[in-house]
Amino acid sequence: MRGDQINLQNIVKRSATQVPSPQERDGGVETVTKLIDVSRCIGCKACQVACSEWNDLRDEVGECVGEYDNPTDLTPNTWQVMRFNEHENEQGNLEWLIRKDNCMHCAEPGCLAACPAPGAIVQYANGIVDFNSEHCIGCGYCVTGCPFDVPRISKKDSKAYKCTLCSDRVSHGLEPACVKSCPTGSIMFGTKEDMLDLAETRTDFLKGRGYENAGIYDPQGVGGTHVIYVLQHADKPEIYNGLPKDPRISPLVEGWKGIPKPLASVAIGLAAFAGFFHYLTAGPKETPEEEEEVRTDEERDQESEEKRP
Amino acid sequence: MTLKVTRRQFFKLGAVGMATSSMAMMGFAPEPAVASIRHFKLTGAKITRSNCTYCSVGCGVLIYSRGDGAINSIDSIYHVEGDPDHPVSRGSLCPKGAGLLDYIQSESRLKYPQVREPGTDEWKRISWDEALTRIARHMKDDRDANFVDQDAEGNTVNHWTTTGMLAASASTNETAYLTQKIARSLGMVVLDNQARV
Repeated sequence: MRGDQINLQNIVKRSATQVPSPQERDGGVETVTKLIDVSRCIGCKACQVACSEWNDLRDEVGECVGEYDNPTDLTPNTWQVMRFNEHENEQGNLEWLIRKDNCMHCAEPGCLAACPAPGAIVQYANGIVDFNSEHCIGCGYCVTGCPFDVPRISKKDSKAYKCTLCSDRVSHGLEPACVKSCPTGSIMFGTKEDMLDLAETRTDFLKGRGYENAGIYDPQGVGGTHVIYVLQHADKPEIYNGLPKDPRISPLVEGWKGIPKPLASVAIGLAAFAGFFHYLTAGPKETPEEEEEVRTDEERDQESEEKRP
Repeated sequence: MTLKVTRRQFFKLGAVGMATSSMAMMGFAPEPAVASIRHFKLTGAKITRSNCTYCSVGCGVLIYSRGDGAINSIDSIYHVEGDPDHPVSRGSLCPKGAGLLDYIQSESRLKYPQVREPGTDEWKRISWDEALTRIARHMKDDRDANFVDQDAEGNTVNHWTTTGMLAASASTNETAYLTQKIARSLGMVVLDNQARV
């Protein structure tokens, strides 16, 4: 899991690329997962600060709008944001549900499927989905393709930005910056297997404490995710600031990538082939007699030389 | 020697050029070499162990700086994160600790002793020697003037109520013990700590 080398072999998916990546060398690379235990979070935002510090992001200082969410939404310079929700439970008691919102690193990423720029979005063998700004064309398809509404397009350089799960740290054997900072152990990091195991221990504990619907959020509609939640109310993920119950890649993405795009490519190929076939059967375009009389450049040059005194 | 190109040849050349560039546009271009997308920014950094000073918990931090200490370079701190070997926090930090870098680099950070003389609004830089001498002088003068050895009923109290001490937050037990001992031995009653968490 730790200290993987990032190289061509370790990229298992690449946007707008039909040819599968070579995977001979991905043996032994375990998938990584970040576990966010909402029940242990105190909303201190150490993770948010650590994220900004590590990724050299300094968002604009905003204004208080009467809630703790700060900023109120993800931006190109804020890759994760704490979402504070006041929930009234069946007993009429207040529950303060604080969810750390960031990229979920889907096993089947909608952003990658929607992206038309080759190599702008890649998925590493360890499961991290990363944006490569060098190849990004800023079209915003990833925003449409994401079932969790995570990527944001920068107005400054027209490139898409989102959480990288600190792919640079992970490839050097470290945990993501948010995970390391968390003072309550609400954010944990390890292999997917270990994290699911830990999540189960936590849900069992929560069930013992009266949260009957406690559970793990690892949506299968996107092939599972590499960021999973432990929720006190897993039957109602919507109460955690609109966490989708059954997220799926938008049918628009499949519709565009599945039929019209290949059809258009075939049409372009056919047009070129038809032109070539026409040339073979009908030959080149016949020139009318008059044009033949047009003098070539060489003849005109000779004439002009003769005219000179 | 000039290259003679006829009108028709020119069109042909143009068409070939456009066809090849269109091929590249349609995805027949050679693959670019893929290297690491993100450079790991701690490679080669000098790591210094330190303590966060923002509350009495005193979490351990690792300070990463550029420069190897060579005579011709001046180190600069560019990253701070928790120290996993520190028993207090084991690598984790609170939001204040996680943002230490920006306090270190803050333009308004206090780096040397300053004094504002009575009646002025100007802060003047002074040396550490001057500062310590000045503080000692003021303390002595104030204590000599206001030290109370007995209360109205004649009980021995030996206290000095006109000066207080605000101690640092991230002190070890031993430092805190010595701070207490010094302040109390002078008869100081008002003693508090910055770490009111």
